[in-house]
Amino acid sequence: MMRKYQRQRHRVLQIVTKLLTPFVLLFALYVQFHGDYGPGGGFQAGVIFAAAFIIHGLIFGVDKTRLVLSPGVIRVLMAFGVLLYALTGVAGMLLGGNFLDYNVLAPSALSGQHWGIFAVELGVGITVTSVMISLFYSFASSRR
Amino acid sequence: MNFFDQVPALQIAVPLIGAPVCVLLRNGRAAWAVTQFCSVICTLLSCMLVAATRDGTVIRYELGSWSAPSGIEYYVDIVNASVLLVVSFISAIVCLYAYRGAEKEIQQDKHYLFYTGWLLCITGLLGIVITGDAFNAFVFLEISSLATYLLISLGPDRNSLTAAFRYLIMGSIGASFILIGVGFLFAATGSLNMADISARIPIADSPRTVLVAFSFLTVGLMIKAAIFPLHAWLANAYHYAPVTVTALLSGTATKVSLYLLLRFFFNVFGIQFSFGQMLLNYVLLPAAIAGFVLMSVVALYQSDLRRMLAYSSVAQIGYIVAGICLVSPLGISAGIVHIINHALIKSALFMATGCIVYRLGHAHIQSLGGMAKQMPITTAAFIASGLSLIGVPLTAGFISKFNLIAAMLEQGWWIGAALILASSLMATLYIGRVVEIMIFRKPRTSTGTLEVNEAPMQMLIPLWLLIALSIVFGIFGNETLSIASAGAERLLTGPLAPALVPESAYLSTGAGQ
Repeated sequence: MMRKYQRQRHRVLQIVTKLLTPFVLLFALYVQFHGDYGPGGGFQAGVIFAAAFIIHGLIFGVDKTRLVLSPGVIRVLMAFGVLLYALTGVAGMLLGGNFLDYNVLAPSALSGQHWGIFAVELGVGITVTSVMISLFYSFASSRR
Repeated sequence: MNFFDQVPALQIAVPLIGAPVCVLLRNGRAAWAVTQFCSVICTLLSCMLVAATRDGTVIRYELGSWSAPSGIEYYVDIVNASVLLVVSFISAIVCLYAYRGAEKEIQQDKHYLFYTGWLLCITGLLGIVITGDAFNAFVFLEISSLATYLLISLGPDRNSLTAAFRYLIMGSIGASFILIGVGFLFAATGSLNMADISARIPIADSPRTVLVAFSFLTVGLMIKAAIFPLHAWLANAYHYAPVTVTALLSGTATKVSLYLLLRFFFNVFGIQFSFGQMLLNYVLLPAAIAGFVLMSVVALYQSDLRRMLAYSSVAQIGYIVAGICLVSPLGISAGIVHIINHALIKSALFMATGCIVYRLGHAHIQSLGGMAKQMPITTAAFIASGLSLIGVPLTAGFISKFNLIAAMLEQGWWIGAALILASSLMATLYIGRVVEIMIFRKPRTSTGTLEVNEAPMQMLIPLWLLIALSIVFGIFGNETLSIASAGAERLLTGPLAPALVPESAYLSTGAGQ
């Protein structure tokens, strides 16, 4: 009885969350990949992307969010983002430039800059997303 | 690609890449191997940098090929190359020791996090040292500090959480002071590049902005370097952290802050401003002298070995600062030599303490009776490095103290020299007290029945390596001294030379490739 009441109390919030989540994720991707041209970038996009999961956790309970994105996956993503950033830097070195030199990543310097900032910001976005979510997990659950 | 050109960047990139790899591996042993590998590589790289900069060459590296005043540049001369070598060498040796040393102190499932934190800490420390950009130094300072808080909080004691939190508060205050200082410098000069700041800084009329920047930086760096009145965080942090971490930090963290202090006072603000107008030596020298006298007394009254060594560290930092404050070639080179030597000595002492903690589970001085029989090799190591701390001839400590006293006498400061001797006497007392208990006192009945064995070989070998090195540096002291005096010369030449900026648009430089 109690469970049913609880579930029904959040009915509106649950439906709104379900409707909004795809748009929040999409907006995060927009901020991420349009960051080269407009306001935005990895940090902002990462936080928006994580916000979608955090809202999901707040409305449906952290346990359900954990099923969607398990802490193990989060840990891998956290490290992967940093690695992507650092390896982009190393790629610049291997191709004959300095560390984090994007000019040499592509035949022309301009598109090299594009690819470089794309990879680096993607790394930032992935790490920020996973750090935000794992912070939320660790504060929201008493078990760990 | 010319490999040597990339050495400054690799110095930072290697541990930075190692850290996420440790997280991905999720295995304590594998993470240890990665950390050891990265530390050894860093040591080799910094050896190359020292070899290249010994003749006074300056290596500049533009990150991302963005040229210097607007981009971030790495600036390596003999001063920071030697500090880089100290940091990465201590990391390599202590990491070898951590294979067994960290085993008992840190929960098994957290080992990979421990080594991740280790690598990030090293990344940050090396970054602070190598960078030629004031704001970049702050960023690396934050990286290393956050990693340090993590490492301290992994300690076995419940108190290690509180100690980490207290350090977090103090460290954050220090870091924000440094940030505010850098911000004011930016306001005054419009630049964040150290060489560029030193060229533009309007010291002649000393506007209030520069004054405020100078004060904030001084206080912030004093907190970070644990210079006497602002050392409160250090004792708890060193006491409750895992001993392996303490061995790492005592050799690296405060030394790096001292380096930053040197760089800012001598090369960014310039000697004339720091010591001529601001009279920094009248502020820092009394603090340093009070530090090494009072902290040696405080160390005498500690009941825990780790705490005693922590207070002794504050005293030793006092020696370094006193040497720097003399603003003479001899004084500064004595300071730099002591940065190197003290890193070796104090890490060795904490590693010996770690061996004791490994077997006993604690380091209460009063219950160390009978150690000489039960753990003879560890006791011998403790005595050898203790002698070096006191400054007995043929040890590294002697070289630095001898030069420090010589520098004091050169300036005619008899009282300072006498106080150094007095505090060395107190060091003899506090080390001697422990040694006396270890050798002559019978084991307490409660622990006497306990069979205590010698610490494992994997811990003793790195410990003795460090001691051997400190003896080598004691006998062949000229080697370190020549590096230090080259460094002192470099610092005393005043402002850094601003990078030569090619007046070409950035994107066109790489367009041909």
